[in-house]
Amino acid sequence: MTRTHVAFLVLLAALLAAPFFVYPVLMMKVLCFALFACAFNLLLGFTGLLSFGHAAFLGTGAYTTGYAMTHLPVTPEVALILGTLAAAALGVVFGGLAIRRQGIYFAMITLALAQMVYFFCLQAPFTGGEDGLQGVPRGVLFGFLDLRDDMMMYYVVLAVCVAGFFTIYRTINSPFGQVLKAIRENEPRALSLGYDVDRYKLVAFVLSAALAGLAGATKTLVLGFATLTDVHWATSGEVVLMTLVGGVGTVLGPIAGAVIIVVLQNELADKVGSWVTVIMGAIFVATVLAFRRGVVGEIAARLGNK
Amino acid sequence: MELFGIPIQALLGQLLLGLVNGSFYAMLSLGLAVIFGLLNIINFAHGALYMMGAYAAWIGLTYFGVGYWTSLLLVPLIIGAFGMLIERALLQWLYKLDHLYGLLLTFGLALIIEGTYRHFFGVSGQPYPVPEQLSGATNLGFMILPNYRAWVVAASLTLCIATWFVIERTRLGAYLRAGTENPKLVQAFGINVPLMVTLTYGFGAALAAFAGVLAAPVIQVSPLMGSNLIIVVFAVVVVGGMGSILGSIATGLGLGVIEGFTKVFYPEASATVIFVIMALVLLIRPAGLFGREK
Repeated sequence: MTRTHVAFLVLLAALLAAPFFVYPVLMMKVLCFALFACAFNLLLGFTGLLSFGHAAFLGTGAYTTGYAMTHLPVTPEVALILGTLAAAALGVVFGGLAIRRQGIYFAMITLALAQMVYFFCLQAPFTGGEDGLQGVPRGVLFGFLDLRDDMMMYYVVLAVCVAGFFTIYRTINSPFGQVLKAIRENEPRALSLGYDVDRYKLVAFVLSAALAGLAGATKTLVLGFATLTDVHWATSGEVVLMTLVGGVGTVLGPIAGAVIIVVLQNELADKVGSWVTVIMGAIFVATVLAFRRGVVGEIAARLGNK
Repeated sequence: MELFGIPIQALLGQLLLGLVNGSFYAMLSLGLAVIFGLLNIINFAHGALYMMGAYAAWIGLTYFGVGYWTSLLLVPLIIGAFGMLIERALLQWLYKLDHLYGLLLTFGLALIIEGTYRHFFGVSGQPYPVPEQLSGATNLGFMILPNYRAWVVAASLTLCIATWFVIERTRLGAYLRAGTENPKLVQAFGINVPLMVTLTYGFGAALAAFAGVLAAPVIQVSPLMGSNLIIVVFAVVVVGGMGSILGSIATGLGLGVIEGFTKVFYPEASATVIFVIMALVLLIRPAGLFGREK
């Protein structure tokens, strides 16, 4: 067993025991954002694409699942799948457009396209406008697991997120993932070796969008609402921050980043009110200037030196 | 008189409003392009600097009785100096890194600035009066022209053209263009490139602040005005490409006008029309209308 595998097992054991010690709803929120950040990191960390519009996929998953649970006669698992598929479909469109440009333009295009989704959610008749979708029921999973119980919901969320993490882990360690890393390191070289770079990028983009959608869909089930915050550019910025703080391009980094940022926001919201945005901005600036490897990246580098 | 079933008065009114918005797009995308050329940084804080400009004018008038014309001159200098401070304190450490870090750092900066203003001024908009000399409207016969709006378009166009002239036709501009192409070589010729970089960022910030002061009487001054605008300006930059200054100006104005007409014919789409055009341009001409593929 490698060191990473040991870390995985310790983490999993901790997560299984967590709801007995920590408020389960907070834990579930952390898990959803951890999955969101990991999906984002698949693009930034392992393909070298900075998407500044990932809130669009989180929000599409959230709204689709919220709409399905309130208006359609479906069970939660179907609603989750619908949310994921909707985000994946949007990923095909946005990815197809955005990969036509590189680097800094890619970031600007994804941001602009995501803003379009924001205005759509603001104006469309079925998204609840400024209020969003409220009072989304959790339902009964597979017809016999009652999710209204927080403990039951927690283990379902854990299962969903672990499945998501496993998908990402398998992807980055597969031959496909190796090609993605080659594209990140040297795109012209990967192209000249005969890889269809655009297709690889698009598949990675859609996979990332789908998993971000799954995270959003799960979040809606947990919290019972989908709002404009889910599609706002600030959320796109938050997921960048989580990944950056945890460690871009590390497997566990985004999870650590999500824990730090979500818990920090949760703690600060009551105490400092509107200063939260300023503190988030300051963390951004400090991380970029002095701490670019992130928490996990820094630890890995220290361990590697010994 | 009517055109496509819309009174021509309303049509021309929206055209003018589109030109006003377009002037702001043009000024901001021009600043972004100039900064990107030399610093290789996409300045996410550009919207925040624009908002700071508008607020500086509002604070000046409300608390110190500083009038519009003084603000128009003074505010760009103050915000420009603030920009140079940002460049010296923060941005200068990023030039050897990937471009993306510049975007991330300036994004963090935008959050800090916007959050601070939100804390002190709330989210509701503050009105700023139109200066006396430009209040009222002129009857042109076929339409009523609000004087202030005409002034905004004229002033920003003049500034944009002046910027183009300085960069494309003067010695200083030649240094700047050379610095964009090959900073090491320019430095070897004895030009102080780091100073030029600082001044360039300061100039971009001043341009954004000037746009902010111009905008103050047209829109409500609010801490959110910057972030709402900057994302649209990013789309404008993607459509135009950052290769050409006149291209940026034309794209900004053109998209403003298209947005204005969309408000007449299909108001629901007016918030998204620029993003849709961006998507279409990406399909047809990925490098942008005036861009060069790098």
